[in-house]
This record gives sequence, C-alpha cells and structure tokens, in this order.
Amino acid sequence: MTVAAAATENLTLPKVKTDWLPAMLVPILAVAALPLVGSFSTWVTLTVAALAMGMMIFLMASGLTLVFGLMDVLNFGHGVFISFGAYLSLVALGPLAGWVESDNVWLNILVLLACAGVAMLITGILGWAFERIVIRPVYGQHLKQILITMGGMIVAEQMIHVIWGASPIPIRLPEGLRGAFLFGDAAVERYRVIAALVGIAVFAVMHLMLNRTKIGLLIRAGVENAEMVESLGYRIRRLFVGVFIVGSALAGLGGVLWAFYRQTLTAGMGMEVNILIFIVIIIGGLGSIGGCFVGSILVALVANYTGFLAPKLALGSSILLMVLILLWRPQGLYPVAKR
Amino acid sequence: MSDALLRLEGVHTHIGQYHILHGVDFTVPRGQLTMLLGRNGAGKTTTLRTIMGLWKASQGRVIFDGQNIAGRPTPDIAQLGIAYVPENMGIFSDLTVRENMILAAREGEIDSQRLKWIFGLFPAMEKFWTLEAGSLSGGQKQMLAISRAIVEPRQLLLIDEPTKGLAPAIIMNMIAAFRELKSTGVTILLVEQNFMAAKLLGDNVAVMDDGRVVHRGAMAELAEDKALQQKLLGLSMDAHQ
Repeated sequence: MTVAAAATENLTLPKVKTDWLPAMLVPILAVAALPLVGSFSTWVTLTVAALAMGMMIFLMASGLTLVFGLMDVLNFGHGVFISFGAYLSLVALGPLAGWVESDNVWLNILVLLACAGVAMLITGILGWAFERIVIRPVYGQHLKQILITMGGMIVAEQMIHVIWGASPIPIRLPEGLRGAFLFGDAAVERYRVIAALVGIAVFAVMHLMLNRTKIGLLIRAGVENAEMVESLGYRIRRLFVGVFIVGSALAGLGGVLWAFYRQTLTAGMGMEVNILIFIVIIIGGLGSIGGCFVGSILVALVANYTGFLAPKLALGSSILLMVLILLWRPQGLYPVAKR
Repeated sequence: MSDALLRLEGVHTHIGQYHILHGVDFTVPRGQLTMLLGRNGAGKTTTLRTIMGLWKASQGRVIFDGQNIAGRPTPDIAQLGIAYVPENMGIFSDLTVRENMILAAREGEIDSQRLKWIFGLFPAMEKFWTLEAGSLSGGQKQMLAISRAIVEPRQLLLIDEPTKGLAPAIIMNMIAAFRELKSTGVTILLVEQNFMAAKLLGDNVAVMDDGRVVHRGAMAELAEDKALQQKLLGLSMDAHQ
C-alpha cells in the first residue's frame, strides 16, 4: 500500500517558529517607560490603567477584526453596538438601583453582570438585524460597505436620541467598585482591575474556542480562505452571521465597561472609539485575535505614557504607533495568511 | 461501459464580462479517472470551478449522479460527495496538518483505519501531523490537499494540476498515490498539464481549447497518436515523456 517513498525519504522536520516579538513589545514598552515616568508608583498606576483600557478596547475591537477577516466586510457601524451596549446598561440599572448603592461587592458585581447580560443579548440581536438589513446587500463592495455602515451608524445614533434623549446621561459606578487598591504609593482603581480581568477572561475563552473547537477552526480557516471552507461543505455565510452576532455582543459588553469607566452616556461614544478600534485591528493584523489583543494593550500603553510624559502628543500617539508598526510589519503584528 | 457519474451538457460560464466556457460537453464515467487536458487558458480550471459551484454556469446543465447541480451553492455540492483540490491547493496555512484534516472530515471523527491508509499513501502527513500547514514544502502541501479530499469516502474527486511545480520524484509519488486511489474505485476528474502523468493515469480524456471540449475519448488512444496530440495540444509530446 505504501507509495514509492522517493519524496519522503528526504523529510526534514520544519521548525515552526512562535513569533513572540510582537507580544514582547508590551513588556519592553512598559519597562522602557519606567525610567521616563520616574516614579514607580505612578508607573504602576499608568500601566494598570492602560491594561484596563486596553482590555476594553480589545472587547470592542475583537468582533470587528473577525468580521473583516472572515468576510472582508468593512463595518464602520461597529461603534453603534458599543453605544447601544452602554445605553442598555440603563435597562438593568433601573430595577437594580438598590444593588448599585449597596456596599456589598458581590451585589455590585451582579449589577455589572446583569448590565453585561442585557447589553450582550440585545446588541447580539441588533447585530443579527444589522447584518441582514445593512450588510447583506453589499457583500464584496467595499465602498458601499463604508457608506452604508456609516449611514446605519448615524441612523442608530438618532434612534438612541429618540429612545433615551439627546442629553448625556450620568451613570453611577456601583458603590463597592469605586475607590482604589493601594500598593504602597501606587493607587490602582478597583474598576479598572475588574475591566482588565473581564478582558483577559474573554480573550482566554476566545483563544480556547478558536483553537480547540471545530467552530473555532472553521472561523480561522474561513478568515484565511472562505472559498475553500465552502468547498469542504460548510456554509460560511451562517458562520459569518454567528461571528457577526458574537462580535456585536462583545462590542455591547465593551460598551458597558466603557460606560462605567466614563460614567457618562452619550450617543456618539461608540463613534468616538471607532477610529481607535480600526487602528487596533490594523496594528494587530486584520482578522487576528492575538494581534488585536496585543495591539489593544500597546495602543493603551502608548496613550497613557504619552499622556503623562508629553500631553500634547497624546492625541496623535495611536496614529504614530500605527505608522511605526506598519513600517516594521506592513501586514500588522500577526498577519493572517490569505489565499 | 460504465455509466456517467458526472455529465456536463452545453455549459457556459461568464466571469464578469468575459465569456469563458462556450458550451462544454463531456462525461466522467463512474469509477474511472478522466483527464481534462488543454493549453493554459483553455478553460480547465473554470470547468472545475463551475462544477463545484464556485462560478455559476450561465447556461447548460451539470448532471451529477442523476441530478442537475448547476446553480446550487458550493457547500450543497460538496455535501453530495464531491471533493475539490484547487490549483493553489487551498491549504489553511495557519492551521496544523491535523486541523486541516479535522475540518475536511465533515461527518465528525476521522476514521482511524482510513487515516492509516492515508498515512500509507503520504507518510509525510503522519510525520508533520502537528505542524502548521504553512511550514510544509510545496509537495507536502499538495499531499495534504489530496489527503484532505479523501479523508472521508467521496464519490468524485476534482483535482486541479496536482503535479504543477513539483519535483520529478514527488510527481512519481503523486502518480503512485493516484493509482492507489483509482484502485479503490473512486471517480476522479483530473486537470493536468503534465502529459506523462496523464498518460500513466488516465482512463479517459477530454481536451479543451478556447472554452470548448475539442476531443474526448480513451486516454490510451490519444497517448498513441502523436499527430493527434500535436493537433490538440500543440506541443511536442516527446519533450514531456
């Protein structure tokens, strides 16, 4: 049965290199910033704050990078799910007002979970509707995708105005989540630690799902070569709708965390972070979850350090970072192989 | 004479404004290996992609096992039992060899006996089982692409230029593998530019030119008729033998 082995006699085991360099940029950057910041406690505060910020950006961006990678869809309306997620916190906060004021941390965390649950459920449903109504007619047409998703976002923002009013709405962080942990002179806000933990947990779940389940393998394969996935007998469109729904729900979760971080709701809050999200997914490599994770942390670290060291540069720091990374790796930190 | 597993009747395919296939007609007998030959640009790859539903036939019928599959979505066509190995192999480079195979096994777990058989055909697959497919050589990727197509029993294999760009030793390895596959009774439609491989493997042949089938018959007849080879394929076969 064995076929002539001429081609296999010369088998040498190719080495698979794990590309740690982009991931190592995070500790390298953090350590390099320490002498510049000067004070260790300030550095700890800035770094932990950046990690929390990075995790929120990751939550908001992870769905978008998969949507782009899998179906080549440029969804400029992604920010609307962030805004809706943030506003949907109000739905859970209303009946749970007593728990918000309680000094029982577990009740406070339940409030957060309730907000996250409501927001993810409804933004997931909205994502399904958005894909059917807005995205589906423009598959494969980038210019139309940009125009129609931007239009969809404007319409959705106006819907927020209609439902919740045009004025900014303040929301209170649950009592037990306010304040900071003190490590010597360093103050680390409790809420930021929670946000960072949520982000890391979501990344871990996504990583496991993408690497250990057949659905995850299909998503990764689809990002690389959707046509071949269809040729193997799988309906990539259904997979894409699923990813779009999950991506929208994750944006909703990011919106909830972002809302409690800002403690003010505005209809434009999703659009405000839209640019940042696109920078992150470009830095990370379009379609790469690992790249999105590293990119989010890098963007947040650079923003925090420059905000402290050179406030005038802070506004453009993310774009500067993107330029530098693309000069180094034009396809992003972890480019996804494409057909 | 075997019955036809696949029959194309007057198939036309347009890609954008270009009219690529102009009424393609041929049959692929069940249990045999049919070669699809022709010059570059003759329409061979377009024919395979049209059968697979990756490009839609604008006219004509593609009859597979008695039913017209023209216009059906690609996943439905694949689920009928047609496996496709494209010219670029379609390997998922970021996934391991094992993960590539898992995806190809639609029914669930990979059958261990069948996997053993595949490892017998292509020992490299066993050796590189846990490595990223992107790190394989061109020949090994081709082996993976074919392994993926046969990981579960399929009725018809559509394979596009499997020897393209491969070293002679690996081509011989491929030919031996196809012979082994043929012996299992699977039906194969093989696009090939390498006439030596075609001669060694083919039961039947269809030759295309300019989007049409210009010759169909037994491979052995074409292999013996140098004048016909020269006329149909426009090159000296001596150089390829």
